[in-house]
Amino acid sequence: MSGLEAVIGLEIHVQLATRTKMFCGCELSFGDHANVHTCPICLAHPGTLPVTNERAVIYGLRIAAALGCEVAPRSIFHRKNYFYPDSPKAYQISQYDFPLAGPGELGGIRVHRAHLEEDAAKLIHVGESGRIHGSGASLVDFNRGGTPLVEIVTEPDLRSAAEAREWAQLLRATLRQLDVSNVNMEEGSLRVDANVSVRPEGSGELGTKSELKNMNSFRFLERGIEAELERQRELIAAGEEVQQETLHFDPSDGSLTPLRSKEYSHDYRYFPEPDLVPMVPTEEMLEEARRDLPEPPAARRERYVSELGVSEGAAATLAFEPAYGEYFERAMGAPGGGSAAATAIWVTGELVGSLRQADAEEEPLASKATPEAVRALAGLVEEKKISNGAGKQVLAALVAEGGDPAAIVERDGLGQISGSGELEAIVDRAIEAEPEAADEVRKGNPKAIGRIVGAVMKESKGRADGDGVQKLILERLGQG
Amino acid sequence: MGELLELTASEAIERIRKRELSDDEYFEAYREAAAGDPLNAYLWLAPENHEQGNREGPLAGAPVAVKDIFCTEGVLTTAGSRILEGYRPPYTATAVRRLSGQGARLLGKTNMDEFAMGSSNENSGYGAVLNPWDPGRVPGGSSGGSAAAVAGQMAPWAIGTDTGGSIRQPAALCGIVGMKPTYGAVSRYGMIAFASSLDQCGPLTRDVTDAALLLSALEGRDPHDSTSVGIEGGIKLSGREDLKGLRFGIPRELAVDAEGIEAGVQEVFDRTVALIEGLGGEVDECELPHSPHGISAYYVLAPAEASANLARYDGVRYGIREPSEDLVGMYERTRAEGFGDEVKRRIMLGTYALSSGFYDAYYGQAQRVRTRIAEDFDAAFERFDFVITPTSPSVAFELGARTDDPLAMYMSDYCTVPMPLAGIPAISIPAGLAEPDGGGPELPVGFQIAGPAFSESGILDAAYALERAIGFDAVPERVSR
Repeated sequence: MSGLEAVIGLEIHVQLATRTKMFCGCELSFGDHANVHTCPICLAHPGTLPVTNERAVIYGLRIAAALGCEVAPRSIFHRKNYFYPDSPKAYQISQYDFPLAGPGELGGIRVHRAHLEEDAAKLIHVGESGRIHGSGASLVDFNRGGTPLVEIVTEPDLRSAAEAREWAQLLRATLRQLDVSNVNMEEGSLRVDANVSVRPEGSGELGTKSELKNMNSFRFLERGIEAELERQRELIAAGEEVQQETLHFDPSDGSLTPLRSKEYSHDYRYFPEPDLVPMVPTEEMLEEARRDLPEPPAARRERYVSELGVSEGAAATLAFEPAYGEYFERAMGAPGGGSAAATAIWVTGELVGSLRQADAEEEPLASKATPEAVRALAGLVEEKKISNGAGKQVLAALVAEGGDPAAIVERDGLGQISGSGELEAIVDRAIEAEPEAADEVRKGNPKAIGRIVGAVMKESKGRADGDGVQKLILERLGQG
Repeated sequence: MGELLELTASEAIERIRKRELSDDEYFEAYREAAAGDPLNAYLWLAPENHEQGNREGPLAGAPVAVKDIFCTEGVLTTAGSRILEGYRPPYTATAVRRLSGQGARLLGKTNMDEFAMGSSNENSGYGAVLNPWDPGRVPGGSSGGSAAAVAGQMAPWAIGTDTGGSIRQPAALCGIVGMKPTYGAVSRYGMIAFASSLDQCGPLTRDVTDAALLLSALEGRDPHDSTSVGIEGGIKLSGREDLKGLRFGIPRELAVDAEGIEAGVQEVFDRTVALIEGLGGEVDECELPHSPHGISAYYVLAPAEASANLARYDGVRYGIREPSEDLVGMYERTRAEGFGDEVKRRIMLGTYALSSGFYDAYYGQAQRVRTRIAEDFDAAFERFDFVITPTSPSVAFELGARTDDPLAMYMSDYCTVPMPLAGIPAISIPAGLAEPDGGGPELPVGFQIAGPAFSESGILDAAYALERAIGFDAVPERVSR
């Protein structure tokens, strides 16, 4: 199967978290009763007219700025015509040949364009399949209809399913810190479709693509593309041709099924929307869009690694998860404490872990463990004033009750006890308690030391420094 | 009571203000006249003692007839189409709200060509409207119900919509005043869309003074309509009685060289031109070289927009629904049942014109023609204050005369289509009576005055002076009793 290169482009729909819909005053909602957020406009009653939501335009401009896109001085809306019950006007107001924003780039992948449009209503197919075929009836919930969307289209620059997934995650991180969308794939506020094709390696031409829809998590995005690449490679190996089609990903079994062409093949008869005037962003709007634009995650990750010496993994977490990134920035703003590298490890490791355990949605900055305290804790461990294990206990205490790490160490007697007579006594008792292991070590099998170390740690309640303990045991058993 | 119905709206408002006339009595007089509607002009009539909103303001006490294309909350609104049979909108059009906010009272909803597509009112899903001057003839369209109601003394005045001539042409054929304002002068919110880039609301009245009063109540920027701007400075009538210093251009293409203008219409037009000169106006020929292509461009652009505007009538949310086995079947049956032939013809035309591979040849080309037509007017207005033409090439024609020949019907708008394509305002005022070619009763002839964008006050001023010189005071025989 080698010799065929994957060529992948993504089309991303981002629901904007504006207060109201794209073209009417109805509030946005998620999970409310059906059809309560509707009005004559978003139900397409005769005679109604759209009015563009200025916040949505500013949010769109903000996204364009974050993706380094050129903003069009004048862009226009078009009508995209199709009959379907999720589209009450029977056309979607979208943008066509004059989009809000032109070429840009994110993480080395070229962005073709970004434009504004409105979301369709939600169809609920009543019946076993949950899809329109074979359903007894279809219900329409217009709450979602008219939600502002930004559609982002990339160039076909991605070369593997994993790369596509990683880039989509980078995009989500970038968008998330703009505060313009919830960017949640499960809830559908971030929807990623993939255009997938293969071609002989080194070829400059594009193969026939298929379009993958309904991959509602990053894992499914990768799996769906993986499966489709596999399918296309097999087709070509068998001497067959790839057909241009739209495929529906089924998360329950990872399968891809073609959508009936009748459902999705259209001549959309685009023409300029006569009910709206051309969109000409004012200097004030452009300024507002660019104001306080956060450092792009890709740049932030790079800076953490190269300037602060943070590990790649921790830097990625801090850069892609703005809440932890901000927590880290605050910690590093504290007057003293651990190094950036050590603090990053504590924030992205133990803190993330314990917060997730406590409550999946808890914001780190809302935690009782303040950034200053966590950095101080990292410093205590780094300076070997407490052991790593004791550090974990201190962090748990910080998350549970807040406070100052040094005081917790003092209160709970967690100060490191390496090198003192107290530690020697504990080590001796442990050797006595584990005579078989001690013999093994004496015979030159260092692996057996683990049981003795464990006993020491247990008795010292983790206050002993692991390396020091190991060294001391070996000394006592004549192996030092 | 007959005398009461002969008052212009402005006269009646003045008497009501002076308490010489009771607004209820006035309203009831019209309600009764309309209840006996022999012309099929109304689709809905206000019930007796219909209590309504504000009773103060510049229009206080004046009943107004509203074309059924305007949404009125809780009140039947069909746009003349069977597909909206029984539809009661959940909201009211801005134009109607403005009128009631200034004291006008909704008298009724008037019949019209289905979705404003037609020039004779024979395309209504609820039966043709008859011309008060001769019930064997059409009132014009598509605002035929509004025109017939005003001319037939079943309403003091009315509002309509004009897309290619739908206010001016029926006003001409019924012997009243009708004005299409500049695109953007009046909000389109709540006005059921036919061709969004052309549709504009305007007054149909007994005289120019009423037209000015009604338009000043209608115009204004509306936050619900992004394309609305209002008329800066509002509407002001100076009351001047001469036309000194004003230059009138007669476009060769729409008047002098135009084919199909009836002899009687031409005669009235020539007589009116002489009156303009007599009032001190300067008249000369001018050119609008692309205007003969107006009809062709219009019948691409308007149906293209209509094909999208009318796609929402799908049986899902309101109006009629014809059940079927599946979704597509329901769509097809509902639309086949609900739409009339002319609407279907235009949906097909428009869908074709926008189709992949044909877009540039039809829609694109028509847009370019539209631009040229607008440029022609710009050039003409460098030399002239106004452009004048007959409103309609013919007087009111007989029912059925053009129903089998859509092209002949479309040519009824030959002189009125270029103005909405250019977005500019134009008025039609009654200029006299003439026999149709081949003989028949004497019927009203309309005279059209068009001006640059937002020149409504200037047009109304000139029309006012001319109206006095013409002295048109004929009323339909059956109305004069």
